[in-house]
Amino acid sequence: MACFVVPGGEAVVATVIQKIIEKSEKKSSLTDSGVKRLTWSRRLSWLNIMLWGGTILLAFEHLWHGEISFVPPFLTAMQTPDEIPVMLHEMATFGTAMAVTITVIWCIIIAIAEIKARHAIKTGTISRVKSAEGGAV
Amino acid sequence: MWLILTALAAIVTTIVWYVKSPGDRYKLGILSLAFWGATIMWLVDHIMAYAIEGGEFFETSLDATMLGVSVVIFALLIWLVVLLISDPKNVLKTILKKS
Repeated sequence: MACFVVPGGEAVVATVIQKIIEKSEKKSSLTDSGVKRLTWSRRLSWLNIMLWGGTILLAFEHLWHGEISFVPPFLTAMQTPDEIPVMLHEMATFGTAMAVTITVIWCIIIAIAEIKARHAIKTGTISRVKSAEGGAV
Repeated sequence: MWLILTALAAIVTTIVWYVKSPGDRYKLGILSLAFWGATIMWLVDHIMAYAIEGGEFFETSLDATMLGVSVVIFALLIWLVVLLISDPKNVLKTILKKS
């Protein structure tokens, strides 16, 4: 009914964290012993794009099925008191599972990107000065 | 059905992004990640609903198919707006300058 609210909430928090980290990265040096690494703001941008993209498209699907509307209280389940516990249960189960799965997959992606970047530096595919920026995103 | 269509869109956009790499002038990385985010969320939703409630895993009605097509169109529309606003090839800038 409103399961997308949980990943949407995570997207809001992660976006705020990304903006804070971006500001601190601009102020401080990014190099560590002459080696640039994949920045945390870029890593978080991947998570945020997946979360926001999923949230927006799931919101569209909920709108299609009549589970959300443009007028308050926006969630149609809120209009019926009996449906509110069902909605909250769905958010707690389905919504949390979605958010956790996206976060776990993001962790796997950044682990792979980090391994590839270190391997590329070791084999000399990229120079120690240029960062392995994990693709064009 | 909307899960299948969104997954297909995610795969196609990822392939196009890879072919165009390393540059990402047209922000296909953002589009593909957005599709993957939605695909993963709907996959989790479908698996949990199937495990808890049973029934068909994929809904193959016309309404479900139309939803899938609409979701892809909606996502492409958002991407198009982002692309036109960023205008990486300065196409709009050139047109506006000429006029």
